Amino acid sequence: MSVVQTSIGTDHLDFSQPEKGASLASGLPVSVTLQWLRDMMLIREFEVRTMQAYQDRKIGGFCHVYIGQEAVAVGTIAALRKEDPVVTAYRDHGHALARGMDPKYCMAEMYGRVGGCAKGKGGSMHMFDRINHLYGGHGIVGAQTPLGAGLAFGTKYYDTVINGGRSERVTLCFLGDGALNQGAFHEALNLSGLLDLPVIYIVENNGYSMGTSINRGTTMAHAICEKARGYGIRSCEIDGMDVCNVYDAMKPLVDEVRETSTPAFVDMRTYRFKGHSMSDPRKYRPREEEEVYETGDPIGKLRDQLLGRGAIDDDALKAMAKEIRGEVRDSMKWAEASPAPDPAVDLYHDVFVEPMGPYTGTSYPQMIQECEGTQGQDG
Amino acid sequence: MTRTIEFRDALNEAMSEEMRRDKRVFLLGEEVAEYDGAYKVSRGMLKEFGPDRIVDTPISESGFSGMAIGAAMLGLRPIVEFMSWSFSLVAADPILNNAPKMLYMSGGQFGCPIVIRGNDGAGGQLGSTHSWCVEGLYSNVPGLKMAIPAFPADAKGLLKTAIRDDDPVFFLESERLLAYKDEVPEEEYLIPFGRALVRREGTDCTLVSFGRPVHFCLEAAEELAKEGISCEVIDGRTIRPLDLDTIVESVRKTNYCVVVDQSWSFGSPGSEIAAQVHAACFDDLDNAVGRVHSADVPTPYATELEHEYLPNARRICEAVRATTYNA
Ligand SMILES: Cc1ncc(C[n+]2csc(CCOP(=O)(O)OP(=O)(O)O)c2C)c(N)n1
Ligand SMILES: [Mg+2]
Repeated sequence: MSVVQTSIGTDHLDFSQPEKGASLASGLPVSVTLQWLRDMMLIREFEVRTMQAYQDRKIGGFCHVYIGQEAVAVGTIAALRKEDPVVTAYRDHGHALARGMDPKYCMAEMYGRVGGCAKGKGGSMHMFDRINHLYGGHGIVGAQTPLGAGLAFGTKYYDTVINGGRSERVTLCFLGDGALNQGAFHEALNLSGLLDLPVIYIVENNGYSMGTSINRGTTMAHAICEKARGYGIRSCEIDGMDVCNVYDAMKPLVDEVRETSTPAFVDMRTYRFKGHSMSDPRKYRPREEEEVYETGDPIGKLRDQLLGRGAIDDDALKAMAKEIRGEVRDSMKWAEASPAPDPAVDLYHDVFVEPMGPYTGTSYPQMIQECEGTQGQDG
Repeated sequence: MTRTIEFRDALNEAMSEEMRRDKRVFLLGEEVAEYDGAYKVSRGMLKEFGPDRIVDTPISESGFSGMAIGAAMLGLRPIVEFMSWSFSLVAADPILNNAPKMLYMSGGQFGCPIVIRGNDGAGGQLGSTHSWCVEGLYSNVPGLKMAIPAFPADAKGLLKTAIRDDDPVFFLESERLLAYKDEVPEEEYLIPFGRALVRREGTDCTLVSFGRPVHFCLEAAEELAKEGISCEVIDGRTIRPLDLDTIVESVRKTNYCVVVDQSWSFGSPGSEIAAQVHAACFDDLDNAVGRVHSADVPTPYATELEHEYLPNARRICEAVRATTYNA
């Protein structure tokens, strides 16, 4: 493939390095890449069904699907340790699943049911998972970037000041290309550089913030790493349409950030195949452009590579797809069966930790209670 | 045993004591460390606790308050110092959208045990941009607690409680009171939230206030006593939670009430308290609740204007006379 040229001049996706993509993730058994294929297929199927459920009015509010970007969440999170914090924006279902959340809690959250990961109080844009160290799902563009700095500040403080050891954890903070233009992002980068925080800012650069192409939204759109360089933060561009490539590039970066306890920035080139949200006719970008990018589907790519190597055959693939369909269907059934929150019980719950006045204190959601013994500790 | 110390040192003692007992507590903000605090509240703390725990930040209120909230989600107990609450406006998103809502939005998974503190209110001829009384803005938001001490002993006891609290606390100080000296107990103590204090007993009219205007109320009560009007002055100490019971008990005795609040009148703690007193004491009141607020204009610079703008003793006296039919 070559550099993609489109009528609006979106050249942010560069498929000019096919050799890179052709190799499977280095140093890992094929079973791991097979798992990534499954993880990506699960996210895809989950999102397809999410869109249907939205059409069927099972899901309300704003809802943004991750279709096209699956390799980013799966490949980056694969480079983490379990205890490394992750925080992201509102296009967050993929991150929740990649971090290990059972799809049923994610679906039930969108259905607005008590079984949801946040008891139906957060919705599509606000997924949280204490056990899997997912600190949200944040609906305000850029708001999660100072939080990411703070999670990194916090892990470093716990590891060094409180536990007297060395800084052990790395925070991944995802953001969209639109968030590059928020003040909070720039403040967070400056603070991260200044305080040597072990955080990696991953811009999921899909070329658009709603209908605004990156060229119309930010300066230096062709080289956004310059922004990080301005804060003295190491940076790199990664082709985010190839999960093995994402992992291969992320692993050494994560290791380096862990080792040096200093921040990094990634311009992760990707593309969202669907509209911005459920109500987007996508008039701002040409169909030809979409078609070009769709040929770079990260799932198709890995599937073909694995088939080509004989790591999986058609039958096994079909079985896998069937299993995933069942899993997502079950998640919908589970969500459907989970009761709606009871205003008399739930409305005034979880506002304050301390019970007082009309407020009844707080408790963990069903998701946490069902994973007994792994409630996730502070620190 | 007590000794007499400044308001700022009471705050300093509260933070230092809590930092000694809990390593999760740290202080961050502009000029808190090397400069010893823009208003010297944190003086000496860098020396005792070092730069890991007394953290100087650049002028990035949105960035560093958001950062503190991220650390609090992880279980740390940050104290964020705003040089002035006026500067919190550029941090509105993290402090209003994140801190007070994280627990709810995460379905009980991530709380936010943070204290945000700094100078609030007018009085220093700083003009409109630097004179915000944020209790008017922020008390509207569920999920946060708000403390607003008027005396050094309360400042210390309430701040220690705030630091130990599992929920976010907005702690409102007054630059005009930082040098105010008063007795503070020697021994360790905490003051619970939601307990108002009767600062002066009286029989004819209840004055309800919080923060710096409590001093204006005491001044007014002194003045009115000369005219034979005996005022009971209630220092609310926390706005959220609000101790309505103490107010109601007093109003049942005096049958008159004047609320004194330094924020603007429209949609304010003062209007909320008046509404609650009307509802709770409908049959006890011999007149509608009177209200004294800052004038409904941007905060002026000139001394004469600013003095008249604030709920000063003269305006309080007038309101009490009018409310008690003594005008
Ligand atoms: C502060 C703020 N302004 C505006 C919005 C509305 N909004 C939601 S998503 C979005 C586009 C963001 O695009 P980008 O950051 O590139 O992320 P993507 O949707 O591509 O994942 C906008 C403008 C918002 N949520 N928050
Ligand atoms: Mg985008």
